[in-house]
Amino acid sequence: MSEYIIKNGTVYDPKTSVKGEAKDICIKDGKIVDKVSSKAKSIDAKGKTVMAGAVEVHAHVAGPKVNEGRNYRPEDKLFSYKPTGKNTRMSGGFSIPTTFKTGYEYAKMGYTTVMEAAMPPLYARHVHEEIKDTPIVDEAAFPVFGNNWFVFEYLKNNEMDNVMAYISWLLRTTKGYAIKIVNPGGSEAWGWGENCNTIHDPVPYFDITPAEIMKGLLTANEKLGLPHSIHVHTNNLGNPGNYETTLDTFKLSQGIKPTNKFGREQVLHHTHVQFHSYGGDSWANFESKAKDVMDYVNANKNMTIDLGCVTLDETTTMTADGPFEHHLTTLNHLKWANVDVELETSSGIVPYVYDPNIKVCAIQWAIGLELALYAKDPMRTFVTTDHPNAGPFTRYPRIFKWLMSDKSRQDMLKGFKNSDKVIAATTLASLDREISLYELAQMTRAGPAKSLGLGHMFGGLDKGMDADVVIYDFDEAKNKDPEQIEKAFSAAEYVFKSGTLVVDHGEIVNNGNKRTLWVDAKVPENTQVERDVQMKFLKYYSVNLNNYEVSDHYVPNPYVIEVDSN
Amino acid sequence: MDIVKLIPSKVPELYLETEHISPDVFAGKTAQQIGELHVHMGNQTYKLSDYFTIEGKGGATAADTKIVIAGDVSKVKYIGMKMTAGEVEVLGNADMYVGAWMAGGKLLVKGSVDSFAGIAMTGGELVIEGNAKNYIGAAYRGDWRGMQGGKLVVKGNVGSDVGSNINGGTIEIGGNADVHLATHAEGGKIIVGGVAKGRVGGQMVKGEIYVLGGVERMMPSYKYDHDEEVELNGKKMNFQVYYGDLGERHGKRKGEIVYGKIFIATGAAEAESEGKTEARAERRAKLNEKQVAQMAEAFKTNAEPSVQEVRTYIYDTFGFDLKPMQVSRLIDSMKR
Repeated sequence: MSEYIIKNGTVYDPKTSVKGEAKDICIKDGKIVDKVSSKAKSIDAKGKTVMAGAVEVHAHVAGPKVNEGRNYRPEDKLFSYKPTGKNTRMSGGFSIPTTFKTGYEYAKMGYTTVMEAAMPPLYARHVHEEIKDTPIVDEAAFPVFGNNWFVFEYLKNNEMDNVMAYISWLLRTTKGYAIKIVNPGGSEAWGWGENCNTIHDPVPYFDITPAEIMKGLLTANEKLGLPHSIHVHTNNLGNPGNYETTLDTFKLSQGIKPTNKFGREQVLHHTHVQFHSYGGDSWANFESKAKDVMDYVNANKNMTIDLGCVTLDETTTMTADGPFEHHLTTLNHLKWANVDVELETSSGIVPYVYDPNIKVCAIQWAIGLELALYAKDPMRTFVTTDHPNAGPFTRYPRIFKWLMSDKSRQDMLKGFKNSDKVIAATTLASLDREISLYELAQMTRAGPAKSLGLGHMFGGLDKGMDADVVIYDFDEAKNKDPEQIEKAFSAAEYVFKSGTLVVDHGEIVNNGNKRTLWVDAKVPENTQVERDVQMKFLKYYSVNLNNYEVSDHYVPNPYVIEVDSN
Repeated sequence: MDIVKLIPSKVPELYLETEHISPDVFAGKTAQQIGELHVHMGNQTYKLSDYFTIEGKGGATAADTKIVIAGDVSKVKYIGMKMTAGEVEVLGNADMYVGAWMAGGKLLVKGSVDSFAGIAMTGGELVIEGNAKNYIGAAYRGDWRGMQGGKLVVKGNVGSDVGSNINGGTIEIGGNADVHLATHAEGGKIIVGGVAKGRVGGQMVKGEIYVLGGVERMMPSYKYDHDEEVELNGKKMNFQVYYGDLGERHGKRKGEIVYGKIFIATGAAEAESEGKTEARAERRAKLNEKQVAQMAEAFKTNAEPSVQEVRTYIYDTFGFDLKPMQVSRLIDSMKR
């Protein structure tokens, strides 16, 4: 493999605590090294920003609901198609781009690792087929556990060993990475036409509460010592006054210490917190509770969050939170798709237009940014849009601009049609903090990598780490124009993925050698779980067990992380 | 105003996609530059000058530019797409997507057009002197935003799904309209000079549909409310007003529920019953011996004609539609 030396770039690397110093970065055989031979290709990065490849902690980019979104929203692709290029396949779409466009666009922004945030186990094959078709970026998928009948029954009977054995089996069977929990109990209750609006509402028939489900899975996760913590989207998403449910959920993790060998320090990751930080009791007195939520996060070091920033675009919401999507379609009257995934989860899709002229949308926009600006520890607060729910991931550079420039935020606030009401319902106008590039590197690289248990591979420029390196044509010291931030981060000058140059001056030059990460957690043999799985497949599932497993050919280039909890 | 004249020089082998024939693109360009613009056919790219002789030049702005297409372009799509100002005049027929996503200016087609004319248009004036096919002034596939503004006139008949998802603007149809008129409408105004076939205003929550020649078969989800005199194009007329679609949600304005409204001209009842006999007659349609012989002759070389082929042939040649089952029996009898 070729060698590279990136000379004199201004390096921002939280992993090695380099805060904007001119430094050389050497790449050899796909890894970061101390020095390279004289044959190494040299890239002059003087006056340019050098960072590790960014890590996406939560996005919906592959699988049945993403594809259904593509299917039922032809208008999302209108006028967006780009024909086949020298190194690229035909690509198109805006809020739900094709798999190829997903890979290209992430790479162009300097993202090299992406987590698919919700994999229905029954359709895991589809998820992996799409992951395989997404070029360049390394990916992993989180199977959903929060509405799973096995989990309900074992937890109800207090059978922790069985929960662990089932998690281990499902991760291996679906080639999954972490425990995702979406509207615990609520998506199952949806099968009865109900929902769980607090963490203490019992699930019909199973008679278990969301709090018990989350606490049980959290315990199992730490007993197994998985690389990532439980990844939670709690109950009551998107409703005014839901911040109390959010804080109740956070408190489930209070005082619990992480157990793992991957350097992870949190026991709970809560995703798209913007959707969970609402005050008021109706849309009329809807307001931001970002401060209350962040006060808790700042005080408790054993949890991490990601933002879920609203970008004020026309987008496609999709989540395994089936009841929420039904609620949404009754609000905006646009088309709605919904599916019940047998014993496991449910799912829904509704297009949504975040209109800056609508008060609620503008407040949502402000809340996403407030969360980041209140964060005392950028290593525990990550930038996301919950793609595509609050906005497409291609808008990340715009969010960076808003976070890094108080002026750009104030201009937005003043420009809203309901400017006064938005300012009154939020605290954004009073926050003049500007996120630095070093903090941005923590929020998009070192932080998410560490929380995923991948801090030794990704998100840093330390010796021996994967050579995911990005060079942006941007000089923090000299820049005065906020628009320049968006422009520079939209099109990285150079991107290396595992030591291969994949983006050169904004153009894809190589499709890399993408890997699929999954976790193989070893547990003692458990014949009861084996028997239960077989029984459930005989009795309830519409497919045969043999047609369920994600066999090896679905994952042609795996990177398996082994965990032994024997 | 500068005029650019496009004279069709050859008939495209397939269909030509010409999203560049628009005053916005032609403005400020010479005949030479206009000729260099790309057109697509299948998966190939050609120049506009490969298919048209170009005379004149574009004006300084779109508003100062008029395009005249002097000939038949019934195999050319996307004429005047996304135009915002200026004028386009087509002296013959045109294919699909005439004036699609149009936002301003004037577009006149002297002949007939195919489907999707004026879809999702937001402004301007689109006039078609002949007939038009389906999805006129509708939304793009999957979209919920159909025609939102401007004026769309078809002097002849239109096909089905006209004005789907319309939420603004006016559509005027001189002749008859096929089924699914104004499905999912949320505003706007549609006037049908002739007869509307059926399923008019399905899932409509707001908007107005005037039918001067009556509706052949009303949806069961509409109820008659009252009679009203309305001035339409400067002429006062009496209408029976129907409210619906009662199966849908309806918003409130000033305490009153807002319904979609269908206005049926009083006196159109006779036309309506005439329409009904016509519909029944259509169901009973049969080929006479001479027609059967003519058809047998046409399918002499084709031993196994498909139902679709035969049905299309009958429709094109004799002007009426048979049910697939009838066609299938007909084919069997022909074989015997």
